[in-house]
Amino acid sequence: MSASVLFSVTDLGIRFGGIRAVEGVSFEVRPGEVFSIIGPNGAGKTTIFNLISRIYNPSTGRLHFDGKDITETPPHMIAGLGIARTFQNIELFPNATLLQNLLIGRHCHSKVGLFSQLAFLPSVARAEVEHRKRAEEVIAFLGLQRHRDSLIANLPYGVRKVVELGRALCTEPRLLLLDEPSSGLNVEETEEMAYWIDDIKKDLGITVIMVEHDMKLVSAVSDRVMALNYGRILAMGTSAEVQSDPEVIRAYIGGEP
Amino acid sequence: MRRPFKTLYEQDIRFWRQPSARWWYGLLLIALCAIPLVSGEFYVGELAGLFIFAIAGVGLMLLTGYTGLVSLGHSAFLGIGAYTEAILLSRGLPFYVTLPAAALVTGFAGVAIGIPTLRMSGLYLAIATLAFGSIVGTVLQKWEHVTGGFDGLPVKSPFLFGIKLDGPNGVYYMSLIGLLLVIWLALNVLRSPLGRAFVAIRDSEVSAQSMGINLALYKTISFGLSAAITGLAGGLFAHYVRHLAPDAFDVLLSIQLVTIVFVGGLGSLHGAIFGAMFMRLLPQGIALVRDDLPNWLGRMPGLEPSIFGLILVLCIMYEPMGINGRWMKVKAYFKNFPMHKASAFRRQKSYAKSERLR
Repeated sequence: MSASVLFSVTDLGIRFGGIRAVEGVSFEVRPGEVFSIIGPNGAGKTTIFNLISRIYNPSTGRLHFDGKDITETPPHMIAGLGIARTFQNIELFPNATLLQNLLIGRHCHSKVGLFSQLAFLPSVARAEVEHRKRAEEVIAFLGLQRHRDSLIANLPYGVRKVVELGRALCTEPRLLLLDEPSSGLNVEETEEMAYWIDDIKKDLGITVIMVEHDMKLVSAVSDRVMALNYGRILAMGTSAEVQSDPEVIRAYIGGEP
Repeated sequence: MRRPFKTLYEQDIRFWRQPSARWWYGLLLIALCAIPLVSGEFYVGELAGLFIFAIAGVGLMLLTGYTGLVSLGHSAFLGIGAYTEAILLSRGLPFYVTLPAAALVTGFAGVAIGIPTLRMSGLYLAIATLAFGSIVGTVLQKWEHVTGGFDGLPVKSPFLFGIKLDGPNGVYYMSLIGLLLVIWLALNVLRSPLGRAFVAIRDSEVSAQSMGINLALYKTISFGLSAAITGLAGGLFAHYVRHLAPDAFDVLLSIQLVTIVFVGGLGSLHGAIFGAMFMRLLPQGIALVRDDLPNWLGRMPGLEPSIFGLILVLCIMYEPMGINGRWMKVKAYFKNFPMHKASAFRRQKSYAKSERLR
């Protein structure tokens, strides 16, 4: 594996009963790029994310991250390797505060033992303060200060979306999977999201794979785009190349076969 | 809502949220320590029972209120703890070994039931734990040469450093110390990564998993911890009743424990204590007014369970946050008086997911 590839998927496929949700998908993601996956509804975009975060077991194919095969890694180990994700329909912890949500994102960096936690030894307290500092950096990065102690259940949708991004950043990922970061956001919030994705790439140096429908956002931030339909790759290239690809246009708006 | 003025990261993980709490809880503790000196045996005994149920309530609260796993089998853990205590004491082991052993054995029983039910939640988990409860109940009845069967098992008096800890006062102080220990443990859990992992599992399993939380491990820990705490309550319960009978640990007791956490208020330690107070005081309250009620009502069989059921239903309908929720609202009302906002505790319902416990 060459050094210029952070994450690669080879011949990935999964079947749900008779339905081939994803079939023969291969792609490589280079370090420091924003790689977008587009496609009509049901094309298998989120399924690929669920395969990468190991919620589903692939029927065929291998996943490699940073030179390691992660096809057999259990799902709770993925975050520790440096792959974080967000969800299409926000999966935050609604009855906890924003700060607690971010601290849960620090979980994979927690190394204190069970019994020292039961007694709350000074080592646990020190680790907690350290986690808190890291969470505070993310709060500052995303400008979430005024919601710090609010319950998620009381926050508006747009803020929750940002909190979910923050929680993923708290795991200190090297690869960030964003599942429709702009869904449910208004025009201004989508624009803000574009700036954050750009900052995440340029300032934090995190590689991003993004599933997105909003083509404006896709062309604004992506280095490369992959178009899917019925679980197969239609086109891959820069945003302009993919958008002008006749196969892609046909998949979206129909046309002569 | 009260927003403390925070200037240090350490403030979030302090044992006392507000500095003033130290004094109020200190006063309460002094008052509780002094009660046996001034009060009659009856009240001391009743309070000891309350403490024991509060311990079990905290145990179930960690499982149901914080991890979101329902258990209708916690009477079994109480029973395992009580019988372990009685059997080990009768074999001549010292009290300072038997009580921790009761908690430990019950903790292992909790792990044993936790592992096969890992993939269950909600109603299915409730049924599985219900089955576990009745299995343990049957074992306690039938395993006669160990548990004494229906004849029951007398509990020997505990000795600690040559002092006989018997009678209402001994049980009272043991239970008080046990309750303080358990509250300290629970507060430690809740301010460390462990407690956050529990809450994460309760609120969203899929994202808890992708944040690196091992669901199987943490659910098992939650079951074990909850069972161990309930087992400690069981060990103390053995000394409280002084003669164990298997039919004391039936489904009704499990439902009483569930009532403690629901009526007290899910997801708060105060709720477990309030719930235990409710649970222990209501029968006494009914007994007090029973004679003054008209005959057809006061002599009605099943008056007590009916009132329990009615309150549980009313509580779920009108105050899902339980007694603790009501208490917080009353506190906020007086704190903000006269600027009280009726909507201060209203939550957005639009993203509520009905299949989850809240």
